[in-house]
Amino acid sequence: MRHAFAAVAVAAAAFSLAFLVVPVVALFVHVPPGDLLHALGTPAARDALVVSAKTSAIAHGAVLLIGTPAAYAIGRSRFRGRAVFLSLIELPLVLPPAVAGIALLVTFGRLGLLGGTLDALGIQVAFTQLAVVLAVAFVEAPLYLRGAIASFESVDVSQLDAARTLGARPFRVFARVALPLAAGGLGAASALALARGLGEFGATLLFAGSLQGVTQTLPLAVYAQFEVNLDTALAIGALFVCFAAAVLLALKLLPGWTRFVSLSTFRSATSTSA
Amino acid sequence: MDPLRLALDVPLRDFDLGVELAVGAEVVALVGPSGAGKTTLLRAVAGLTKARGRISVNWTSWLNSERGIELPPEERSVGFVFQDYALFPHLSVRANVEFGRHARAEGLLERFGLARLANAKPRELSGGERQRVALARALATDPAVLLLDEPLSALDAHTRDEVRGELQLLLRESGRPTIVVTHDFEDAATLANRVGVLVEGRIRQIGAPAELVAAPADPFVATLTGANVLRGEARRFGGLTELALPSGERVRSTDTAAGAAVAVVYPWEVTLSPTAPDDSAQNHVEGAVASIVPIGNRVRVRVGPLTAEITSDSAERLDLSVGDRAVASFKATATRLLGLGP
Repeated sequence: MRHAFAAVAVAAAAFSLAFLVVPVVALFVHVPPGDLLHALGTPAARDALVVSAKTSAIAHGAVLLIGTPAAYAIGRSRFRGRAVFLSLIELPLVLPPAVAGIALLVTFGRLGLLGGTLDALGIQVAFTQLAVVLAVAFVEAPLYLRGAIASFESVDVSQLDAARTLGARPFRVFARVALPLAAGGLGAASALALARGLGEFGATLLFAGSLQGVTQTLPLAVYAQFEVNLDTALAIGALFVCFAAAVLLALKLLPGWTRFVSLSTFRSATSTSA
Repeated sequence: MDPLRLALDVPLRDFDLGVELAVGAEVVALVGPSGAGKTTLLRAVAGLTKARGRISVNWTSWLNSERGIELPPEERSVGFVFQDYALFPHLSVRANVEFGRHARAEGLLERFGLARLANAKPRELSGGERQRVALARALATDPAVLLLDEPLSALDAHTRDEVRGELQLLLRESGRPTIVVTHDFEDAATLANRVGVLVEGRIRQIGAPAELVAAPADPFVATLTGANVLRGEARRFGGLTELALPSGERVRSTDTAAGAAVAVVYPWEVTLSPTAPDDSAQNHVEGAVASIVPIGNRVRVRVGPLTAEITSDSAERLDLSVGDRAVASFKATATRLLGLGP
């Protein structure tokens, strides 16, 4: 009986692996690798690559620049309603992308909440590259913030206190102690957020459209090329697989590095007296 | 005038920490049980915990609630050695020591025996070395006040004795107002010129270690200094006072007390023998040997309600083992009485 169940479990594991891996492998075998590389050279693929690289770089840079100090402030403070606050930050994470796109449209669109103000300033947002940047930032920021807050929470408070008693002003405490100690977790969160942002589809489509060379990012190009040139769609898909694999590999390597930096493994377990 | 003067009031969960203290160029140890408010007091002096009251250092006000002065930690000139040392794990020993504002590492690394380890990371160091780095880092900014939170508790028993000796020398040398917090009276007595006993947020007694041992203010202080404390009922007995213990045994003292009282006798005033000796000691308590603990060249033997500290040589000669009957003897003149009040 036990024997039979073990066999079933192993079969289930094998089936799971095949189900998840075979489609990914199929991406590469459907068209010869040489043709895949060639297909990446088509104008549609090249344009999408440029749009994605540019918008992701700007969005990701902004998320890191604003999100890191924000996460430090949130991670270090305790206040009433903190759990609710954190849930609000995570909300876009579980929102369907299409809903996020509509939400952005009714906020920044010409007839949206801030549309009138932006229009008066001569700023057009919807269906421009700025819209792509906003959509990407909107979906990747929660992922980064969540990881970054957790990283800063795990930094030993007494090390920050020690820095202060040594005369370090708040920025120096952040830059010289908190940031290096949270670096492992920040790197992981950053990589996950970047991958999520690059793959953004629904929100971008609704908020920014899919105009080749302007707002058509790589995932949108896959969809657009699907009916025009399957090879290009497959080539972009293969590119994504390689990128995703690189991100996962980096994440696997990161924990080792965080452990290297962390002191917690050898700190004695003595309790603090009041 | 004392370089460090403080009068603090910090509300804690179960009681208020209320302490007035003046510290000259000396080492003051605060000793007390966990949760007495020791760490809170240090954190309040450093500005890491909010407090009401006054702190002044060399005529400069760090805290004055009435005048609305409250300097942040980075503007107070303190050296703080944290209980777990809180070294920066990503920085080398040298970078740790040089972290502070205007910090100078050169002479310190040599003096603390760390020159060889200047490029090592904290995780590569032993407990004693980490403690020296923490102290060197705290002193590198030439602080006006030095604060140490349980500096020996993170060490194992073996390195502890050695490090305690080193620390004593380094603290005496540093010549600035220093407050050390510990739960161990022996550590406090070794490191400090004066020892204050902090219980539930109040200093019960403060003085030289020998004063606390010779004249403990209350049974708690007596127990903390390592004394035997026996409770009973006191009444006059000729020219002496006799304390009747609940066990029926009687202890005599040259001190006077009446009613509920405790007798305080130090382990090194207690002698042991197999049978009651015919000597000048007034007090003999018979009991079974409950434990025998060697401490260096001495042995602590628990007999009934008493602990006796005798030399290892004597212990060998008596050939004691756990469960044996023995008689603990001590003089009435070595027995302090403390009335517990009505």
